[in-house]
Amino acid sequence: MAALTEEQSILKDQATSWVETELPVQKFREFRNSNSDGGFDPKAWSAMVDMGWTGILVPENYGGSDLGYLTFGVILEQLGRQLCASPLFASAYVGASAINMGGNDDQKQRWLPGIVDGSEILTFAVDEQPRHQRDAIASKASASDGGFLLSGAKTFVPEGVSATTFVVAARTDAGDIELFLVPADADGVSRTQMDTVDKRDHARVTLTNVALPTEAHLAGMPSGELYEQVLNRACAGVAMEMLGVGCYSFEMTLDYLKTRKQFGKVIGSFQALGHRAAELYSAQEMARSCAEAGVIAIDNGADDQAAMSALSKAKTGEFLFDMSNQLIQIHGGIGMTDDFDAGFYLKRARALEALYGNQALHRDRYATLLGF
Amino acid sequence: MQNANELESFRSDVRAWVTANFPASLQGADLAGIAGGESGARASDTVKAGMEAWRQMLAEKGWGAPTWPVEYGGAGLTDPHADIIGEEIHRAGAYNPIPHMTGMGVTMVGPTLLEYGSEEQKARHLKGIASGEIRWCLGLSEPNAGSDLASLSTKAEDKGDYFALNGQKIWTSGANISQWCGALVRTDTDAGKRDGISFVLLPMQQDGVETRPIRLISGVSPFCETYFTDARAEKGDLLGNLNDGWSVVKRLLQHERQSQTGGRGVSMLDSEPLHVKAQRFVGMDDNGALVDKDLRQRLVRNYMDGAAHRLTAQRITDEAAGRVEVSAAASILKNSNTRFAQQKAELALEIMGSQGIGWSGDDFAEEELGIVREWLSGKAMSIYGGSYEVQNNIISKNVLGLPETTQKG
Repeated sequence: MAALTEEQSILKDQATSWVETELPVQKFREFRNSNSDGGFDPKAWSAMVDMGWTGILVPENYGGSDLGYLTFGVILEQLGRQLCASPLFASAYVGASAINMGGNDDQKQRWLPGIVDGSEILTFAVDEQPRHQRDAIASKASASDGGFLLSGAKTFVPEGVSATTFVVAARTDAGDIELFLVPADADGVSRTQMDTVDKRDHARVTLTNVALPTEAHLAGMPSGELYEQVLNRACAGVAMEMLGVGCYSFEMTLDYLKTRKQFGKVIGSFQALGHRAAELYSAQEMARSCAEAGVIAIDNGADDQAAMSALSKAKTGEFLFDMSNQLIQIHGGIGMTDDFDAGFYLKRARALEALYGNQALHRDRYATLLGF
Repeated sequence: MQNANELESFRSDVRAWVTANFPASLQGADLAGIAGGESGARASDTVKAGMEAWRQMLAEKGWGAPTWPVEYGGAGLTDPHADIIGEEIHRAGAYNPIPHMTGMGVTMVGPTLLEYGSEEQKARHLKGIASGEIRWCLGLSEPNAGSDLASLSTKAEDKGDYFALNGQKIWTSGANISQWCGALVRTDTDAGKRDGISFVLLPMQQDGVETRPIRLISGVSPFCETYFTDARAEKGDLLGNLNDGWSVVKRLLQHERQSQTGGRGVSMLDSEPLHVKAQRFVGMDDNGALVDKDLRQRLVRNYMDGAAHRLTAQRITDEAAGRVEVSAAASILKNSNTRFAQQKAELALEIMGSQGIGWSGDDFAEEELGIVREWLSGKAMSIYGGSYEVQNNIISKNVLGLPETTQKG
């Protein structure tokens, strides 16, 4: 665990105990079984707002606490441990990052307080095809009547059903990928929920000649830069959630190794399993270092933050991929049953693996960034 | 927490001192090889004299073992200060030969003596280590006691004022060039496997000690077989209590793992980044990417493994600031470093193609030959200091708390 300030430690402890008592994975199971729409429990979401988590990345003059990415990452890790469903990451992490970096003062005033008080739910609408590729954006934002006319089709948009505002990546007439704020209730916007293994809110969003004013354009950074920067931050955040999912999977597995008996012994006494646990633990420690380094690099404004975000997503992904498979394997038959939670972790692991690019994509990015 | 200003001012003092004092005659010489006793014979007299002068200067400042107390030849400094000394010496292109010149002295024997030694033992042994004058080896493994170290059978018989040692040790690093040895010996044959073992110190220059170098696949002979035939260890050189040698050696091995968690010192593998070597040997496509995509993926995995190892070592150092517990982290880091370094050497060899099978001669660059030897010698990393599998035993038992079934005491 990275060295935390006193304030960060307090927030982390608060998150850990709140998640364990108020939103354990059993709540996710109840939610899944209820077949409700929307992907999360509104009561849990307003509790997160009340605890101030939505303001962690927001400057104080817009109602936030401006505690930075490591702080937010630590909360995401705790939420990942119990598969807590909420729009916190999509809105207060990714959405707030886009506004902070790309918005002018008026735009910040317009959007940030709403993110903090939970009245606005932002989400990043990027992908247009099943495999994430940064430059595969065909959506168009054409200049029109002093504003923009936006068209395109987005898929696998996180929290896409409950979002109030989409942060849409689209190409301008010049061909650059820029970000636009699109109210979910604007004319020409339609969305449908997708049913996915992780039972979270993913939507297909269609944009047909949506008329936008100039103030919908986040123009605070040079062409294409904002899009890259938001994605880098998003990847580092996903890595922190993945770390939480993986660490809890490890703890469940270790507990089982110490209690399950076969051949008259606890199964953790077999060297084959002891060594597998040692390898998984080592991979977990490596993943933690990389995930934390990803968000710390952002807080420090490090020159290599793009490479660090790729490292964090790839190495955490590598650990979680193996860990989620071993979670099932080591639990044996019980791990295959829907009554046991292991399946939830496996399913969420793969959804997060694909989100904003899988391990292979981030290894490719890392090599490119290093110049080979 | 150290005062940052104080550390920075210390750093500039160190920098100035190193710049002023590192002998020009040593620039570019194979100092690690000379200090390790490997290529000493090949060094010119000027280099040898420069090395000796440099050693004395470092020893006078206590920088051979900067964190040891001043009265034992150290400089009484904190870890951050010691790190700065190391960094500045490295930065200047210089080299601190003392740890290497003492064999296992600075890294393992000294720290264990500080913890378990009597006042008299510390006074007698530590200064010679800190100054780089006395080289130490360790007699631990035996032909039939490798990973299962506690099954050792070298006996130490009580002869009144001394112990008489009989038996054979193996993989004794530098035994043929060492002055002293720390040996693990059986002092009670009736007690349980780990309960009848003691740790003694003995001089190597005596009739009862014979060493035979073992030639390795890399062509060098860093290890010996060491035979004890009524070899003499004084009673005053029993380290720790009689029959409590297992506690001493466990601590000693923790120091060993600690010393093996980092890089491997000066390395031909670091003379250029692997991807640059690959661009040279393998070629790039129009986008500047390596044409061998499979190699490119494996190369980037290795880079990431290296980054993850370094970040973890840093994180664990930060977390452990002020604490002494090194055992758990050391096993994880030793294995991650081993995996990374062995894979890196394999990738270098693969990149060089048939230039990677050179043994000697003008058909191969010095760097290429160096890499081949490092590839071979690096295979020992997952064997020495507790094998890869032994480290995983330690992690599963001591860190994860899983029950032990494979080792019976």
